[in-house]
Amino acid sequence: MKLTVNGDTLTLNGNTIADLVTQLELNGRRLAVEVNREIIPKSQHGDHTLNDGDVVEIVHAIGGG
Amino acid sequence: MSDLLTIAGNTYSSRLLIGTGKYKDFDETREAIETSGAQIVTVAIRRTNIGQNADEPNLLDYITPDKYTILPNTAGCYTAEEAVRCCKLARELLDGHDLVKLEVLGDQKTLYPHIPHTLTAARELIDDGFKVMVYTNDDPIVARELEDMGCVAVMPLGSLIGSGLGILNPHNIRLIMEEANVPIIVDAGVGTASDAAIAMEMGCDGVLLNSAVAHARKPVLMASAMKKAIEAGRESFLAGRMPRKAYASASSPLDGISQ
Repeated sequence: MKLTVNGDTLTLNGNTIADLVTQLELNGRRLAVEVNREIIPKSQHGDHTLNDGDVVEIVHAIGGG
Repeated sequence: MSDLLTIAGNTYSSRLLIGTGKYKDFDETREAIETSGAQIVTVAIRRTNIGQNADEPNLLDYITPDKYTILPNTAGCYTAEEAVRCCKLARELLDGHDLVKLEVLGDQKTLYPHIPHTLTAARELIDDGFKVMVYTNDDPIVARELEDMGCVAVMPLGSLIGSGLGILNPHNIRLIMEEANVPIIVDAGVGTASDAAIAMEMGCDGVLLNSAVAHARKPVLMASAMKKAIEAGRESFLAGRMPRKAYASASSPLDGISQ
């Protein structure tokens, strides 16, 4: 399926947020994920099924003041 | 002597709060922050780079949440809506940690706080259970509004973010402190150690800074200077300065001078 992830189009070979995180080689990282502007808690990443056209945001902590 | 800073029921022995932006690399970030003695450390929340640098180091592996109180900020947010969204992402990122630094900016030239949006966002966040430390201007009425609303700390600017101009309006900061029942932390504007000491001597509860250390020629050495300045300023405040006088008053006794 086609997703928009952090503003870029991406084809996901899988179904769930966990699949997406694996595909992006982000496993084990401290992240927060939003799907269509709704935060999906980490505990649900394995179960939450994404749909074609979903808009996903993945964020992490960086340096800031 | 026990002299702790209490924010939202948690106590801290350090009154220096420090940012993690603008350092050369994460090793320098870690060393500067360790040296500063700060216990509350701000971070920003941003999009993860996709498809590149899969092995890129992660700030929170260097500044770990088990060692520091991580204070996510809403830097870069120009509306209440963006700021609230950012805080919710931060809470998810940090496993439910609900202490945030709210800053809603007015424009890019000044990074001055946008007060109407700040008030809206603060109210929404507090209603949602967040503990809000709020970046604001040095207007005592705004500070009182933010406190009354339930912000756990009010953080007026000393001068513009990243300007290093020090505390430009100490009179207003003093007016804010006179009325406040929550910690007042000078946030933004500190350029060098004496600026931090001045804030603490005035009776501020703490100082939050980033550029003054990160942009010093030797950041780790400046982190050490800031630690001492905060401590010296605090002790000076607690000790109570002597009154200012217009004329001299000899320190050495005048009796018994050889004639």
